[in-house]
Amino acid sequence: MEKIIKGIAYVLGDKIDTDQIIPAEHLVYSMSDESEARKYGQFALSGVPAEEAGLPAGNQPFIDGDEFESRYGIIIGGGNFGCGSSREHAPYALNKAGVKAIIAESYARIFYRNSVDGGFLVPYESMEKLNDSIRTGDELEIDMQKNELRNLSRNTMHRLRPLGDVLPIIEAGGLFEYARKSGMI
Amino acid sequence: MGMTITEKILAKSAGKSSVAPGESIWLNVDTLMTHDVCGPPTIAIWKKEFGTKAEIWDKNKLVIFPDHYIFTENEHANRNVQVLREFAGEQQLPNYYDVGTERYKGVCHVALAEEGYNLPGTVLIGTDSHSCTSGAFGLFSTGVGNTDAAFILGTGKIWEKVPESMKFIFEGELPEYLTAKDLILQILGDITTDGATYRAMEFDGEAVYSLNMDERMTLTNMAIEAGGMNGIIAADEKTETYVKARTNREYEIFNSDGDARYHSSYHYDCRELEPVVAKPHSPDNRGTVREVQGTELTKCYIGSCTGGKLSDFTASAKILINQKVRVPTFVVPATTEVAAQLEQETLKGISIKEILEKAGCIIAQSSCAACLGGPMDTTGRAVDKDVVISTTNRNFPGRMGSKQSEVYLASPLTVAASAVRGVITDPREFLI
Ligand code: SF4
Repeated sequence: MEKIIKGIAYVLGDKIDTDQIIPAEHLVYSMSDESEARKYGQFALSGVPAEEAGLPAGNQPFIDGDEFESRYGIIIGGGNFGCGSSREHAPYALNKAGVKAIIAESYARIFYRNSVDGGFLVPYESMEKLNDSIRTGDELEIDMQKNELRNLSRNTMHRLRPLGDVLPIIEAGGLFEYARKSGMI
Repeated sequence: MGMTITEKILAKSAGKSSVAPGESIWLNVDTLMTHDVCGPPTIAIWKKEFGTKAEIWDKNKLVIFPDHYIFTENEHANRNVQVLREFAGEQQLPNYYDVGTERYKGVCHVALAEEGYNLPGTVLIGTDSHSCTSGAFGLFSTGVGNTDAAFILGTGKIWEKVPESMKFIFEGELPEYLTAKDLILQILGDITTDGATYRAMEFDGEAVYSLNMDERMTLTNMAIEAGGMNGIIAADEKTETYVKARTNREYEIFNSDGDARYHSSYHYDCRELEPVVAKPHSPDNRGTVREVQGTELTKCYIGSCTGGKLSDFTASAKILINQKVRVPTFVVPATTEVAAQLEQETLKGISIKEILEKAGCIIAQSSCAACLGGPMDTTGRAVDKDVVISTTNRNFPGRMGSKQSEVYLASPLTVAASAVRGVITDPREFLI
């Protein structure tokens, strides 16, 4: 597993629910057929109202035009990120769009589990509110060994909450890999 | 030290004599439920990870209800149901409820109850966030994603962190103008959408036990709207009567100990509460109905696992009898059984169905329908700048189909009263 995650920040507000991450009408594409599966990337975060998309300015599309991947690799969220439905399509869609990690103040339980168990992305919790100081477009770097977030554009550093119990699953790359490694299956 | 009902059930499932909040444990799952949105990817992950010759851990414990995108021309949606059908055939699954057959039920959480899968003291996991609904029967139930479900499909196991419990006690008699929906919206306004994250929400008190099973399910159903891991109500005589009428499967009743520890307790006196709504765009954005009274509506919706059960329609009928709706009002019975009950149950000698039809409601076929927006041709879907009042459970932006729409969540009484006036209306205008 990479110990340093680099990416451009895409900043969102509080309570980004799963319908905003991937609206329900898109839950029909196959995840096994790559030509369909990439549509999850194409429509990732398409339910976020325009003025909330890419803070603080807003109106900054996560996906350009008909692209399937985003140029943003790290999402900065507020409280209760991923609340709403149990759809694993949500962290999956972000993964398809190229997101490597999310840093939010808190997560809804199912979204957090899905991110970890599916091996889709690393859900870090911040120790402080970050979505008012980091701006969409900032260049970020997460150091997973030190549990630190470095904002290279602004020369600031923020501490992140250690991943705790779920770290072995994240390191293994998901629940199945973890279970295989530990001899469960 | 004592344990809560949730801790006792989890301890039993993990094969331990006791568990404490924060402990990570592996549970043995008694029932796994999935549907047409999350079933196909779950099956695909299971096949990929365990190989094509893999065996399901226990076919009798797997239950599949296609319910989300059913009555639509959308080819992808229909293909998903076809995937379930083929899987059920190939695996000879006993508990598959196919579309287009007499077995078809509709919304999974209500169907689980009706088909006798909600067994007190057991662990039920579903690939749907509202799987917490089943907790109304004194069992541990929660929602998970496809990977976790695929893992259960192969092993029967899931890891969980034992949650801390929160207690919500409703004292006093529930007045005629309130329903369980008002109680849960009241709680949501108090603790917000992450007030119970990673925790169990235990409901208790005289008013809770006075509710029938439909209404108890409305309480536990929306535990997820507070971020709760599960919602739970200890089983009593009403629970047992309901369960025994539908199954002879075994169950065990657990109760919280007097000295069990809680994260927090909330007390409510029902006589002090009044009808409430969740204003756009969040289930915790509570206001009293009086506060938003007069808001012009373009659509009303009575349906879903929260507000599409028989009790929801009998409540609506109390207000809609001999009245006419002023705005398009969609009625979606959660399951085919609820739809049949609408014809059998009567109020003042008239069937509930007739009352709703005469009032001008549009009655659709049982499924999730516009609760989650769904494909473009879904009945009741919010379009453009619709202003909707609905008995469903979520009003996040775009949830019912249109990002520009405004959705108010309310009790079936409040929705019915509002349908008659065409503006948000306090049901007490009709009931007192
Ligand atoms: S009725 Fe709505 S909330 Fe209930 S299972 Fe269906 S989509 Fe989910």
